[in-house]
Amino acid sequence: MAEMVFFFIFAIIAVGSAVAVVTFKNPVHSVLSLMVCFIQMAALFVLLRAPFIAVVQIFVYVGAVLVLFLFVIMMLDIRQASMTRFVAGGHFWIIALLVVLIAEMVVILSRSKFTNMAVAATSRLDGSVKEMGIALFTKYLLPFEVISLILLVALLGAIVLGKKELS
Amino acid sequence: MVPLSWYIILSSVLFVIGTAGVLLRRNILIVLMSVELILNSVNINLVAFSYYHQDLRGQVFSIFVITVAAAEVAVALGILIALVRNRAALNVDEIRTMKG
Repeated sequence: MAEMVFFFIFAIIAVGSAVAVVTFKNPVHSVLSLMVCFIQMAALFVLLRAPFIAVVQIFVYVGAVLVLFLFVIMMLDIRQASMTRFVAGGHFWIIALLVVLIAEMVVILSRSKFTNMAVAATSRLDGSVKEMGIALFTKYLLPFEVISLILLVALLGAIVLGKKELS
Repeated sequence: MVPLSWYIILSSVLFVIGTAGVLLRRNILIVLMSVELILNSVNINLVAFSYYHQDLRGQVFSIFVITVAAAEVAVALGILIALVRNRAALNVDEIRTMKG
């Protein structure tokens, strides 16, 4: 029961701040409300007994990605240009596309058989970091190494793109 | 005990909000933030299914999604800085140099 109450609190704050991200005029305000949204998602991960994912969410998203966004916004001094809202001209097609997407979601969710699923009773996870580390370094070692390569490529790409002169 | 459907509904609501942000806003910074929101709503789904199936694969996958999202943001903001330095355009409709 308490879990449901907490889920409702986190979900309402998350949805409200997500709407705020899209509607705020100032990009800095959008980044800050996105931060609120991501912290609520970390709380939801704790409710789902995934504390390691929650901590990674806070570290990587709130600590790195959003701070990077803030740095870029403040560094570029584009405040006048970035303040305008830039709503697209062809509104009708966008709204039609969104309505189709929402209808699709409603149809799929109302027909899915997952909706009243109980937690599986077999082979309980204990949600520990040890479990996660063993899985990452034995069964999922190859994807783990590939992801490190992707990070290296992204690092090099960011450095090359950020250089002043591309001679 | 929270039903699984609540998590799925929450993540689809956040997905729709993120899609609306990508389509409706023309500010490239807000578009990038909306893409982050979409990736995160998928993460909620993965972790929820991981918990309800008691299977670690969802959590492992969500770590990979988080990593790819971080790499994407680093490259995208690098491109954004290069773009603003060259022509000071933040509206995604004005950036069409690569269009054939």
